[in-house]
Amino acid sequence: MNGAHDMGGMHGFGPVEPEPNEPVFHGEWEKRAFALTLAMARPGQWNIDSSRFARENRDPAEYLNMRYYQLWFAALETMLKERDIVAEDEIEAGHALHGAKPLPNVLSCADVLKVLHRGGPTERETNTHALFKAGDKVRAKNINPEAHTRLPRYVRGHVGTVDRVIGFHVFPDSNAHFEGEKPQWLYCVRFDGTELWGPDGDPTVKVSVDAWESYLEKP
Amino acid sequence: MTHEHDHHHHHDHDHSELSETQLRVRALETVLTEKGYVDPAALDLLIETYETKVGPRNGAAVVAKAWADPAYRARLFKDASPAIGELGYAGRQGEHIVALENTPTTHNMVVCTLCSCYPWPVLGLPPVWYKSAPYRSRVVSDPRGVLKDFDVTLPADTEIRVWDSTSEIRYLVIPMRPQGTEGWSEEQLAELVTRDSMIGTGLAKSPKDVGK
Repeated sequence: MNGAHDMGGMHGFGPVEPEPNEPVFHGEWEKRAFALTLAMARPGQWNIDSSRFARENRDPAEYLNMRYYQLWFAALETMLKERDIVAEDEIEAGHALHGAKPLPNVLSCADVLKVLHRGGPTERETNTHALFKAGDKVRAKNINPEAHTRLPRYVRGHVGTVDRVIGFHVFPDSNAHFEGEKPQWLYCVRFDGTELWGPDGDPTVKVSVDAWESYLEKP
Repeated sequence: MTHEHDHHHHHDHDHSELSETQLRVRALETVLTEKGYVDPAALDLLIETYETKVGPRNGAAVVAKAWADPAYRARLFKDASPAIGELGYAGRQGEHIVALENTPTTHNMVVCTLCSCYPWPVLGLPPVWYKSAPYRSRVVSDPRGVLKDFDVTLPADTEIRVWDSTSEIRYLVIPMRPQGTEGWSEEQLAELVTRDSMIGTGLAKSPKDVGK
């Protein structure tokens, strides 16, 4: 979706302001929101792509005004409510009011490190051949889906060069909407700064994105 | 309305929204615990892990080893995740890591313009600025301007490669080894490796800056 999250190339946000000696979390609520999100990723029955969509899928003004873990928490609430795992009246009351439906894989203390260590690899087996090879010129398609996509607006319509064929990976655009992993060939595609930003762009800059095969076409 | 007043108003609004979030986070944890969906001890362990065990010192150990050990360096640039796994760092948000080599002529910078993708096993959780709109919006169009915000200036002819983390591939910058460190141990070298130098918004410290 063309949401506020897709902000590459936007102006007006001001300078980057690194915080000296920044703590990992700012306040107790950030810790709990972070840990709840990771813990509920097990029994909640969603995936990383649908989680990203739940964060970005909101009014742009709201997105830009929320702190990072507020976004995470809002997305967690949405996903829990969509599945009737928690209801709004329970959050308001601060207690369970309705029966708990059984959920598999509740994250136990003993499993935490194992689950983190395993992660969630997205590379899949294939017998197919990649359509493009390193060095090929490709154009990022001009697509504007209202659904989840990982092709940022700032490269759409622009011509780049395949830097590397990465592998065969789960396709977020379908996985985010529970339409299957539908893995595809994934490429690292490099664009010249002047191709993306015009003749005033910095000629020493090259920007690359990782792009699934269906995002790309022959120029 | 003056700018100051406007800013103040925004701050108040932000503050009350935040209090509301704090209450809701606590409420949701209680509800999920009562329903048996979360174990609060597991939450504590998740927090402790990312506060004390998984952080940029892991990445610094990888970089120091790459500087000191040519065979390790070769393995790291060939396939980074297994090489990083040799040091015991692996897993969530680091399943497919690629190491990027800074050279006298090429400087690498990493971003996730669409969200906040970051190589957790080697760098920990990302700092606020990495997830912020100023960084995500500008580093792809004006990386030299962003470097100025970090007090970093590169030669005008250095090629700047910006890597937007749009897939599950995670990028780790291997900064250049500072001069004057011949014969240093991996432990000593690791002291020179900052978090920002592994994102590309900084350089490794020089020997005279150690301890600062």
